[in-house]
Amino acid sequence: MTTSVLSARKVTKRFGGLVAVDQLDLEIADNAIHAVIGPNGSGKTTLFNCITGFYRPEGGEILFRGHHLERFASDRITRLGIARTYQNIRLFSNLTALENILIGEHSHLKAGMFSAVFRLPATVKEEELALVEARRLLGYVGLSGKGDLLAKNLAYGDMRRLEIGRALASRPAMLLLDEPTAGMNPQETREMTAFIRRLRDDLGITILLIEHQMRVVMGISEKVTVLDYGQKIAEGTPSEIQNNPMVIEAYLGKGSASAVLREAAASAR
Amino acid sequence: MDQGKPRHWLAVALQLGATGGLAALLICLVGMVEEFSKRYIIVDLLEMGQAMLLLILIATGYMTARRLADRPPREQLLASAVSGLVPAVMLFALVLLIEPLNMRSVFLNASPGLVDILTFGQTGGAALVLMAAAGTIQALAGGVVPHLSPRTRAPLVQAIAWVGLTGLLADILRVTFTNIPGAIFVLGWMFGRGSGKGLSIPGVVVVFGLVAYATYRRQKRPAGAPGLRSRLDGRKARLVNIGLWAAAAVILYLLPKLLGPYLSEVTNSVGLFVLMGLGLNIVVGFAGLLDLGYVAFYAIGAYVVAVLTSTAVGSEAGQIVWGPGMSFWLALIIAVLISVLAGIILGVPVLNMRGDYLAIVTLGFGEIIRILAGSDFLKPYIGGSQGIVQVGVGRIGGLVTFDKPQTVFYVVVAACAAAGFISWRLRDSRMGRTWKALREDEDVAQAMGIHLVSTKLLAFATGAAFAGLSGALFASKIGSVYPHSFKLLVSINVLSLIIVGGMGSLPGVFIGALALVGLPELLREFSEYRLLMYGALLIVMMLTRPEGLRPEATRRRELHESTGPEAEAPPAGMAAPGEASAGD
Repeated sequence: MTTSVLSARKVTKRFGGLVAVDQLDLEIADNAIHAVIGPNGSGKTTLFNCITGFYRPEGGEILFRGHHLERFASDRITRLGIARTYQNIRLFSNLTALENILIGEHSHLKAGMFSAVFRLPATVKEEELALVEARRLLGYVGLSGKGDLLAKNLAYGDMRRLEIGRALASRPAMLLLDEPTAGMNPQETREMTAFIRRLRDDLGITILLIEHQMRVVMGISEKVTVLDYGQKIAEGTPSEIQNNPMVIEAYLGKGSASAVLREAAASAR
Repeated sequence: MDQGKPRHWLAVALQLGATGGLAALLICLVGMVEEFSKRYIIVDLLEMGQAMLLLILIATGYMTARRLADRPPREQLLASAVSGLVPAVMLFALVLLIEPLNMRSVFLNASPGLVDILTFGQTGGAALVLMAAAGTIQALAGGVVPHLSPRTRAPLVQAIAWVGLTGLLADILRVTFTNIPGAIFVLGWMFGRGSGKGLSIPGVVVVFGLVAYATYRRQKRPAGAPGLRSRLDGRKARLVNIGLWAAAAVILYLLPKLLGPYLSEVTNSVGLFVLMGLGLNIVVGFAGLLDLGYVAFYAIGAYVVAVLTSTAVGSEAGQIVWGPGMSFWLALIIAVLISVLAGIILGVPVLNMRGDYLAIVTLGFGEIIRILAGSDFLKPYIGGSQGIVQVGVGRIGGLVTFDKPQTVFYVVVAACAAAGFISWRLRDSRMGRTWKALREDEDVAQAMGIHLVSTKLLAFATGAAFAGLSGALFASKIGSVYPHSFKLLVSINVLSLIIVGGMGSLPGVFIGALALVGLPELLREFSEYRLLMYGALLIVMMLTRPEGLRPEATRRRELHESTGPEAEAPPAGMAAPGEASAGD
């Protein structure tokens, strides 16, 4: 039996009368690639925001390596080892790609005001190492030579990759990806899928991802959780999920849509 | 027009011409043209008032040609000429109508003097012909500019700008250099005799020639070619650097002696605004926290120094209430510390506010401090509206006393240098990055592990420290403090100067302070129109150059990147994520 790195118990988040996440239980196994799917408005991103401290859930608890995340602000959660990307890319758009990654390294750097003003030897060394690591990360996400470009001037796919690079800079144990392949063409999607798998295989980072493209979900995830109206309606391996009539009904509406789903899954192989 | 049929060139020319004409009418009727006509830019040839009209007409012609950039050149030039004719006709109409409409009863400035300037001293048809010709030629000159090759355009524009600037500042330059032996000869030759006379014709030729040549040479150097300094080897480069620093130090040491009391005073005012600009630049430019009550910290710094060093605080009817008469330097340090404290005290309640809300709350804070300073409630302690007099000055033993503008200069320069150095080091550090991240996206910045509270408070505290320092020097410089020195306008001035200079840019602060504080002080004619000029300048800046006169350059670090095979290796610290992120 695998140990879970993150477990959520009866997490509830309301917005006024709307229950966005309803009594949700979730176990993420260590070193897994775990996908969360569901129709629009089913509470996937809200769940992400609860885990990363953007929202404070009204009920339930989220445990990450023994820490109660629901009590922490997002900066604390990042320091615990959780990093994320955003559905609508949120880079520091007027800063360069390199600066974006350097900010990602923030929590590992120590220089304060005093040491920055006087450029103490330790600070100089720290900045040098930070720069080396930032360049290496740029190369790792495939942005070598683009470090001086402003983030807003990057191509769309490069922005997505830079966002992942920035998240990696905080040296996370777990990475939350919110629709990493949104707006990508099939070629870019295949590259991104392979890249996500490498993140887990090479770096040992647990991946939790929200994804709409079934091809991606079925291709890389080991476990899939399906949300609908904030509740978990199914969970299992990709093949279990795609044969689950409840999922097909919730996700694609009633009728013959299941054929489409199977076809998509088949083409992913 | 973006869509549909392109507009006829004549329509464009008439529209822009009318706009230019309205601008010209405005500056005539508010009295700027006549008021400014007392100062020559080029002796007996071009007055400042005329120069303003000239500038408007050239700009009109230039804009017209630019607007029609996709049309044949002949059409563009014709349109430019027409766009210059329109203001000329409008001004002529003004001249004709002043008398019959008895305009002087409403527009005090529609005087015979103005008419004289506008008509070149002629009347009737001759005046119309002259004005029309002048307007057309000037606008045409503007219209030609886009057609020049960049090779010629840049030296020409730069040279004209410098001629204008030296002409404007002729008096100051003359006063500054008269103390240098032998300079009298050159000065007499380059500048007109007497004050307000501007450059002489040989002077124009010299300035124009030098600037044009320098610009041309700089352009000829291919982009990215190494400058003189980087061609030298390490040891020589160091020597050159030391030489440059030494030269700068000598110039700074001699400057107040050359400038004399009045100009040193102006420089000191600019310096105080540079200090405040550097501070606000950290708060607004780096961290993106829009603070409209920045003057509060300036006031706090000034009052702390005044209260602590004065021997006559709260004097009422000759009765001195109290006066600790502390040493200035100690008071200066205390003033900065108390300003920092005030920055934090203001910072705490506004931690959760952003943008407009923050602006309004800080605005209120600034006003509260000013009103408190003038209140009867605090009158026994800080003097109320009568302020505090006999503020102490700095002394170094029996050696120097910083009581004259020429000596205060050194303190101001030292403070600016320190603040500039700190700003520069912070900008390039982890702290600077943190502030910039905060400015870009607060939520995401927090999700990068940035502690919002400490980051924001540090920005407020650093900004307040610089302003407090500035205020402390201000109090000592003028020897007294009054509540009316700390109006909202000071905050607006500081904000304007960093906008004009370029948000987040350090050289921009110096340039902005020179342009917005230095120039109006030097050109006394401006003082009446200061706010009008500010408004116009800010609008023009926002429309044409929103990034500021000297925007922050994106630094180039990545160019030195080694794109070797290491790029594919996993990032450092990734191999064992379990340890790397073991938590707090």
